[in-house]
Amino acid sequence: MDYEKIEKSAQTRKLVRNIIVYTFLVIWAIAVLFPFYWMILTSVKEYSAYASESEGMPQLFTLSPTFANYEKAYTQMPLVRYFANTLIFTVVTTAIMLVVTVLAAFAFSRLTFKGKNLAFTLFLALMMIPSELVIITNYATITAWDMRNTFAGLILPSVTSVFYIYLLKENFSQIPDELYYAAKVDGTTDLRYLLKVMVPICRPTIVTVTILKVIECWNSYIWPNLITTESEYHLVSNGIQQLRESGLGREDIPAMMAAVVVVSIPLIILFLVFRKRIMEGVSRGGVKK
Amino acid sequence: MEKNNLKAWLYLLPAIVFLGLFMVYPLFDVFVYSLEEGYSSISKTYFGVGGYNYSYVLHDPYFLQAVKNTFILVIITVPLSTIFSLLISVGLSSIEKLKNLFQTVYFLPYVTNTLAVGMVFMILFKPAPATTNSVANLVLGWFGISPVDFINGPYWAKMFVLCLYTVWVVMPFKILILTGALASVDKTYYNAAKVDGTSKFRIFTKITLPMISPTLFYLIITGFIGAFKAYADAVALFGADLNVAGMNTIVGYIYERLYATSGYPSYASAAAIILFVIVLTITCINLLVSKKNVHY
Repeated sequence: MDYEKIEKSAQTRKLVRNIIVYTFLVIWAIAVLFPFYWMILTSVKEYSAYASESEGMPQLFTLSPTFANYEKAYTQMPLVRYFANTLIFTVVTTAIMLVVTVLAAFAFSRLTFKGKNLAFTLFLALMMIPSELVIITNYATITAWDMRNTFAGLILPSVTSVFYIYLLKENFSQIPDELYYAAKVDGTTDLRYLLKVMVPICRPTIVTVTILKVIECWNSYIWPNLITTESEYHLVSNGIQQLRESGLGREDIPAMMAAVVVVSIPLIILFLVFRKRIMEGVSRGGVKK
Repeated sequence: MEKNNLKAWLYLLPAIVFLGLFMVYPLFDVFVYSLEEGYSSISKTYFGVGGYNYSYVLHDPYFLQAVKNTFILVIITVPLSTIFSLLISVGLSSIEKLKNLFQTVYFLPYVTNTLAVGMVFMILFKPAPATTNSVANLVLGWFGISPVDFINGPYWAKMFVLCLYTVWVVMPFKILILTGALASVDKTYYNAAKVDGTSKFRIFTKITLPMISPTLFYLIITGFIGAFKAYADAVALFGADLNVAGMNTIVGYIYERLYATSGYPSYASAAAIILFVIVLTITCINLLVSKKNVHY
């Protein structure tokens, strides 16, 4: 009898606790998702309906969704241009970064040379330098090289990522030395060994690094905003900001939101596809000290 | 083992060239800029060497406003986001059903464009320039509170929106790291405590917190550093001219100086070094405190 009572009260306690935990989690999930909902909702509201809401109160849903805003965003804003620019910037930056990173990580993990430890320590020390400190000179450098409003000016200072070199070096170091010696006996060159053995083995890390860099590029705002004054070279971030400031955003919020949806979708798709990789990569980046 | 000096440096060459040009050289150059008085990058001349740029920045009301804004933002958002993400991570670790779904949803803000979503936050608080009939005020209305202009209105209202958005943006990273840390705590400790009949709360404060304290302090330190560098969030909410809105941050001030005084980077450099000193000091204090309190 008593035993049953104890078990029952334990079960109720567990149930109550579960309800509290789930309620709490659901509330935060709503807080995260609501801005996305509002973004999509506003983008399908009719302009006139949105304007009349300003008189009354905002409508939390709409029964007559329209795609006219997307059409307007497409025709009135150079969205395609921003997309193409961002794509070029992201692809080229990531590609150069990968080459530089793989080569450096190979030298640090596989080759022995004088000053290796000192060089690696100096590399690690660079991780602590805040970008705010170096961006001023970079701005002056790019201006002096006459590279403002060019892709080269956008890309070159964005290539370096010490952290990715570190991450890849750690991964490369885990490959057993025997493989290297076996390849050496077979007369394989270092570069061939790197490309045919190390890179394939470490593909997961390389993919993670690539995705993280793509996210970083797609969202970068500060550097593009400094370097590109002509809308021809705007990326999505500063392009959208520009549009908002220059009037269209102030007048036609639904069209603005349609543009915001279009800009946000690629990354969200990338995230949903590579969810595990991305979260793993970010947490690995966070755990290192 | 065989040494291959030349070859190794060849492999390192691209990295060294990029890092040297865009990180190492600028690092020294920024100190030079900050000390050259009246430097003009067009004529490449300056009047003298000294601390005038620092004194100018430290007496600039816009800079002082930016420092005040940044400190308020840091003091509010770092503790709030850390405590809140700890609560959520503990909640997440205690459930099994839907855990993956929640984790995915919580991580979503990390992969979205700060500028784009910031604009959504703006219209949540102020849907159009001429009105304040926003969702936020609708909710306030339910509690009988009269509407507030959150974007062009009083200082505290603007700061509230900025803090809220900042917390929303930084939560995904913290939740992810904390959930990982909680999962890596050795289960034997919990089982031992259960055998002893220890209460849940005591288990949390005596086992869980000490075990994850290194991660927690890591998050607090990176949280401080990140919050001190706030900028893009404020731009998304209040527009590019943050000085007029009175919502500028230190980083915002640096870029504004750099941009507005094209060809005269000295004020920006001085401000950047002041920011660096502030962040370094706070980080050192954090490290000292964590040495005393972090187990391991």
